[in-house]
Amino acid sequence: MATLPAYRLENSNGEEIASPDAEQALICFIKEDCPTCKEVMPVLEAFFVRFGSTIPVHIIGQTSQGNTALAQQFNPTFSILDDSALQVSFAADIETVPTMVLTDAGNGQASRLVGFVKEEWQALATKLSVQLDVEAPQLDWPALPDWRPGCGSLSVGPADEPRLRAMAEGSPIRARRIDIGRQDDEVEFMFDQGFSDGLPLVPPTPERVLAMLSGSKRDAQEVLGEMAPNMGEVTIEKVAINAVMAGCKPEYLPVVLAAVEAVLTDDYNIHGVMATTMGASPVIVVNGPIRQRIGMNMGLGALGQGNRANATIGRAVRLVIRNVGGARPGETERSTLGNPMKFTMCFAEWEERNPWSPLHVERGFAEEESVVTVFTMVSGPTLIVDQDSRSASQLAGTLGQGLQAVMGPKAYFATDCLLVVVPEHVDTLMRDNYSKEDLRRRIQEVSARPVRELVADENSATGIKAATAEKMDEASLDQMMTKFRRDEDIHIVVAGSEAGKFSGAFHGWVTGSVGSIPVSRKIEE
Amino acid sequence: MTTIMDPTDERVPVTRQLTPRPSAVTGRVALLDISKPRGSVLLDQLEEVLAKQLPGVTLTRYAKPTFSKPAPAALRDEIHQDNDFVIEALAD
Repeated sequence: MATLPAYRLENSNGEEIASPDAEQALICFIKEDCPTCKEVMPVLEAFFVRFGSTIPVHIIGQTSQGNTALAQQFNPTFSILDDSALQVSFAADIETVPTMVLTDAGNGQASRLVGFVKEEWQALATKLSVQLDVEAPQLDWPALPDWRPGCGSLSVGPADEPRLRAMAEGSPIRARRIDIGRQDDEVEFMFDQGFSDGLPLVPPTPERVLAMLSGSKRDAQEVLGEMAPNMGEVTIEKVAINAVMAGCKPEYLPVVLAAVEAVLTDDYNIHGVMATTMGASPVIVVNGPIRQRIGMNMGLGALGQGNRANATIGRAVRLVIRNVGGARPGETERSTLGNPMKFTMCFAEWEERNPWSPLHVERGFAEEESVVTVFTMVSGPTLIVDQDSRSASQLAGTLGQGLQAVMGPKAYFATDCLLVVVPEHVDTLMRDNYSKEDLRRRIQEVSARPVRELVADENSATGIKAATAEKMDEASLDQMMTKFRRDEDIHIVVAGSEAGKFSGAFHGWVTGSVGSIPVSRKIEE
Repeated sequence: MTTIMDPTDERVPVTRQLTPRPSAVTGRVALLDISKPRGSVLLDQLEEVLAKQLPGVTLTRYAKPTFSKPAPAALRDEIHQDNDFVIEALAD
């Protein structure tokens, strides 16, 4: 048996009593509302009277009010030590009261009696009186019950056990603990500390953080990387703390972790994404079986509010970036307008309603794998309304025309986009058996423009500079230019309700190695 | 009393002193382009002006691979070792 923890507990006179440092000691844990504990109070008194002058005898009670009540009822000559914080009971691994422990040198547990088994207690009394050469406790043993099971220790009760486990030595959490005074409101405190994105946060108490960590099998101290701009070390524990604040359930944690890992890559370039005046933000798409398991929304209102998983996973990622990375608006986050996606933007793909390969399969993962993909987008979802087209080429044409506006109608070869095709539009496209490739090609075809139309003019100085155009020959000016540098820069997923012919487009930021490249990560459950 | 866990990286950055500013520009000057559009236009003009006004000064051009990421450590080291001053053209 493990050694008993060292402790300092107050007795009823307010004196601090240290754990025994003796060859032998008797320590008994009790609580007032336990009938068995009350039955053994006279036994404890008899033990104390006989052995208390030879070896330390400590009686530890689990509530201060209960200790007082026991003292009043039984008037013992011992003073009950106050473990109302339950930390000693928890550390001593007490599951039942009464538990009587006989320690040996070094606080090892020579024996441990759980509940009341008369035979065992009597044997202990006999053994000690022989060893200590004192009279046996004066007890009417036959009058005592043979056996009483005892009661559950408060230290393993559902109300206290999670907190105690989180606070105990050996707890996997290591972050700095911040005590908030009784008179302070914890939500206001977190606002004042700058932890918030502007909305109230769930206080990340040790027990909540520990519960959050149970959502992943990974070591709490595993380092995922360094988050720009402050290059703060991102551990799984830090992600869990921010996930608690965001309102996540523990089962969302693996998704948050994978998304944070994606964001930490050089390809993703979170430093630039946060610092840019363009107001870029992560847009997170979840694929695979975990979508269903954690109840993500991929149907009606998938890109909107109302689903806890969608809302809080995206928010948790943003809070990690803010709190661990230090990207705060007005500091290194310099967005001119900002955008609401900076609170959260995360949704799942409706793979079952998708006639094509889902996003993660297209990006090289197996269908049964759960995967998170993080894009960088500056705006969206911008609706492209088409309730009239009945053929795939017409509808894809409308989508192409809509996407021409990405970053500006004359911004060609400039960025990427994420097109969220709604089910009714999917049906129209599938009437003509359109593949994703067909859709991309048609979008490029319809949005392509001759170079001369993209030159700066009196209507707009954006596009190709006049000086550059002047050096071009007629053939070059007549050449058709596609909106997107590559067809793959049109990312396509399916989501949304069965009713409504409005697909949505997210507009990209600077793409490729000079900006941000979408990153997918397998979700480790 | 409620106890919460610190969600930040828990670091307290040290305060650093600015390098003393010399009264005159001498020696070697780095002209750093962060690779945003038209940064080079500004630096071209500056280089021309500085070459005329400070003929004894050595001007060296540098460029970040992309404006959207911090300068690579090797580039920062090179600029630091080989120059006494840096002029950085930021953007647009």
